[in-house]
Amino acid sequence: MSLVDRAPAALSEPLPARDVTFGGYLVCMGGIVWRESLRFVHQRGRFLSALVRPLVWLFIFAAGFRATLGVSIIPPYETYVLYEVYIAPGLIAMIQLFNGLQSSLSMVYDREVGAMRILLVSPYPRWFLLVSKLVAGVAVSLLQAYAFLAVAYFWEVQPDSLWGYLTVLPALILSGLMLGAMGLAMSSIFKQLENFASVMNFVIFPMFFASSALYPLWRIQQANVLLWHICSYNPFTHAVELIRFALYGQVEWTSLAVVSGFGAACLLAAIYAYDPSAGLTGRRGGPDAAK
Amino acid sequence: MSEIAVETRAPALRVSGVTHAFGAKKALDDVSLTAPSGAFTALLGLNGAGKTTLFSLITRLYENRSGAITVLGHDVRQQPTRALSRLGVVFQSRTLDLELSVLQNLLYHAALHGIGRSEARRRSLAVLERVGLAARAKEKVRALSGGQMRRVEIARALLHGPGLLLLDEPTVGLDIGSRRAILDEVRRLIDDDGIGVLWATHLVDEIEAADRVVVLHKGRVLLEGRIDDLRARGGSEDVGTAFMAAVAETDRRDKAAAHKTDAAA
Repeated sequence: MSLVDRAPAALSEPLPARDVTFGGYLVCMGGIVWRESLRFVHQRGRFLSALVRPLVWLFIFAAGFRATLGVSIIPPYETYVLYEVYIAPGLIAMIQLFNGLQSSLSMVYDREVGAMRILLVSPYPRWFLLVSKLVAGVAVSLLQAYAFLAVAYFWEVQPDSLWGYLTVLPALILSGLMLGAMGLAMSSIFKQLENFASVMNFVIFPMFFASSALYPLWRIQQANVLLWHICSYNPFTHAVELIRFALYGQVEWTSLAVVSGFGAACLLAAIYAYDPSAGLTGRRGGPDAAK
Repeated sequence: MSEIAVETRAPALRVSGVTHAFGAKKALDDVSLTAPSGAFTALLGLNGAGKTTLFSLITRLYENRSGAITVLGHDVRQQPTRALSRLGVVFQSRTLDLELSVLQNLLYHAALHGIGRSEARRRSLAVLERVGLAARAKEKVRALSGGQMRRVEIARALLHGPGLLLLDEPTVGLDIGSRRAILDEVRRLIDDDGIGVLWATHLVDEIEAADRVVVLHKGRVLLEGRIDDLRARGGSEDVGTAFMAAVAETDRRDKAAAHKTDAAA
């Protein structure tokens, strides 16, 4: 087997060392988002399951519980709302939670097959690569969230004004960033997929159920004060509330603060953990580790 | 001194005095070696010799905390951007995205190096042409054979015009034809482009008389020189036998030293 013998002239001269430019940063982030979207499009099963999961909750669970769970008038709602309408923001947040953990699952998987190494030998700073990866995950989660909202629209789960679809966008970006950053921080800790499977159980379910996604907090307060405290500190609750209010064109300031703060903390933790010179030094080793 | 002058005077890779340990196990012990530009340097070592740790440090997966590593004169720790932009890598494990096409994989890599779309496309087709896979550009990677995937990975490593190419056991699991083709291609790169190559392997038959050889064993450099130096060291004309003899001799000496320490204690 012979390979091509002629070398294209343009490649024969190695490029001089380039300093990374601002334009280069954009190209790099664009490339990462592009790849993530391509992968998402190619994995139709992933898109379908991301859409079917919340729809099952909406069509079956919510319909079943409509009769038993009355939701009284609480902000941002100005009238009695159907239970389906109440849980829709929680389901959107669930989509983003799954997506955030799934894209970090892909980080763990990437690391095993080596694609992560290709990402990390890019000359751009490590923090920038992680932020790009995060942005890519959020872009994918926005696609999923709007697909869900579109289906829900025909199920008559709608905000009171069409503007809601626009005002929810910043909230979706923020909550997507928070949940993605959380997944990123977690992926740096777990080395293998087996560990991650249990994380799904230990993280997704407790976070989702101990939140205001399925029931208003005052109901939980009536049932169990301790649980109510847990729920009100759960960052996922605040992601849900941020989305809920944004769908009605309002800002829940406490939730905004919690989501931004927790998201930033997770991102910093991830950057620290992936930093080649700091972070998890025990595993990375060093000259003195033997002493 | 100008940038270009620094690069032309410096070797493609210089590792000096690097020690690295994971817990109690020393993976690298005061390792120093050089891979000059325009030359094929074989990093010969058994499994567990520390080759992969060394590659992880050169590619800055984690940082060397002692000694120094420079790529064309750029210190990996102090100037990671410059060093990494001059470095092309083919990892031991497969790192292509099977779901994407060959071209898409290359375009993604170009983006990671900040190369814009039209330039990236031009370069991708050029490097594919070079490894004889231009006709397969639109196909999904999954459809390629193991040897073809490796060639795509080599093409990808060349996209940004690196001055140093690292290959971590690139021929493992390939048939003899593919192995030969990949070796020939990499050697041609050295002749045509003057690129420096560090080729990690445990297969002695991949090394030629003119190549530089660095023998790594249990995290230490046993020998850095030519294949004849290895023959002399191991006391055999056969390179494989000489290599195993050199390794065994070191193990024997280590054991004796450990024995002496125990006795003294």
